Amino acid sequence: MTDIRYLAPRTLEEAVGAFAAAAGAARILAGGTDLLVQMRAGSARPGMIIDIKQISEMTSIEETADGGFRIGAAVSGAVMAEHPRFGQVWPGVLEAVNLIGSTQVQGRASAGGNLCNGSPAGDSVPAMIAAGAVVTIQGPNGRRQIPVEAVPAGPGRTTLTPGEILVSFTLPPRPKGSGDAYLRMIPRTEMDIAVVGVGVSLTLENGTVTAARVGLGAVAPTVLLVAGAANALIGSKLDDAAVEAAAAACRAACRPIDDKRGTIVYRIKVAGVLLKRATAIAADRAGKV
Amino acid sequence: MAKLHVSTTINGEPMEFLCEPHESMLDLLRGVLGLTGSKEGCGSGDCGACSITLDDRLVCSCLMLAAEAEGKSIATIEGMAQGERLHPLQQKFLEMAALQCGICTPGVLIAAKSLLERNPDPTESEVRYWLAGNLCRCTGYDKIVRAVLETAAEMRESA
Repeated sequence: MTDIRYLAPRTLEEAVGAFAAAAGAARILAGGTDLLVQMRAGSARPGMIIDIKQISEMTSIEETADGGFRIGAAVSGAVMAEHPRFGQVWPGVLEAVNLIGSTQVQGRASAGGNLCNGSPAGDSVPAMIAAGAVVTIQGPNGRRQIPVEAVPAGPGRTTLTPGEILVSFTLPPRPKGSGDAYLRMIPRTEMDIAVVGVGVSLTLENGTVTAARVGLGAVAPTVLLVAGAANALIGSKLDDAAVEAAAAACRAACRPIDDKRGTIVYRIKVAGVLLKRATAIAADRAGKV
Repeated sequence: MAKLHVSTTINGEPMEFLCEPHESMLDLLRGVLGLTGSKEGCGSGDCGACSITLDDRLVCSCLMLAAEAEGKSIATIEGMAQGERLHPLQQKFLEMAALQCGICTPGVLIAAKSLLERNPDPTESEVRYWLAGNLCRCTGYDKIVRAVLETAAEMRESA
């Protein structure tokens, strides 16, 4: 690691230029809570570290003109929690982000890093998918926007092409009667990696679900958007049959591994259970808006 | 590769240092600046023994590059007492014997100070959640939590 370089560019253009020129030898540094651990373990040996936290677009939260939110990819969980309105509008997304690590980790770790780290168990990802968040990506060929669920490609991999940097998340405006929730299962009470994670976002009109999205984590090589579960909820009044159908869709979407945290059978069962519980919380929140 | 020149503020004092691009803030504090109060327990952000504040934000110094200190303000355990006058948390930890081997203590104190600055009246649950990233291998958590709550109560009375 003697020839490693550190850059802290002030502009996105400069960051993209350096990242593309490094041709795969560079790593983006946001909060560093994954990257520095990987460097210490020897699993990451970057020739260049590009710290994106001097770029204001990467570190700011803005409310968009239409009532949505734009969250810079390097905004820490602690900064998201301190925003006066974000957690009121998107409590499920916020609780998912804030579940990641300790207070110290929250001071640095970002939703952008969590997504780009590519872990199937990243807590913020199912909630962002449920929220319908779209990411803005900038690369040598300009900007593009894709939904969050299109970013993960497999454990530790994303669909970002060489030189591309995740810039921000855009969350849509929230119709009246909307709520979201994220729940995860871990073998201890706090500070662990999800065995299963479920994010649910829905909108109710006179008790009927008019819109829903479901994100499912830690049970497949990537976090999943489960359209079948959302479709089972949409049009229902969240009666037992509809919620059970949504839970069945989640179970059917699972392609988990056996590991020390949970077996295949257990993860599949819990995916359905968490779908039901997260749906109930999201509906309760929707009713209070 | 040449070292990086960094201008920062540590415990209120302007400070300049040279660091390697990949060097952690913890290694810089301990190895270069001789500020050995921050401890290395795990080096991977799990144990909190290296806790510092970076622009008043609680972080693990092992998960931060020294180069990132440029233009920032850092507070370490060495800056917690004012000369011979201990911070109320330090005083209370001594009185209530809220430490055993002491390795986790600097990190716990920095973290607890950060909590009380944000929340002068935390519940026991809030203290336990806030300090969940500070591991005590002597498992002396109960005394630590009691000492933080007691300090908070006294600081509120004297405020």
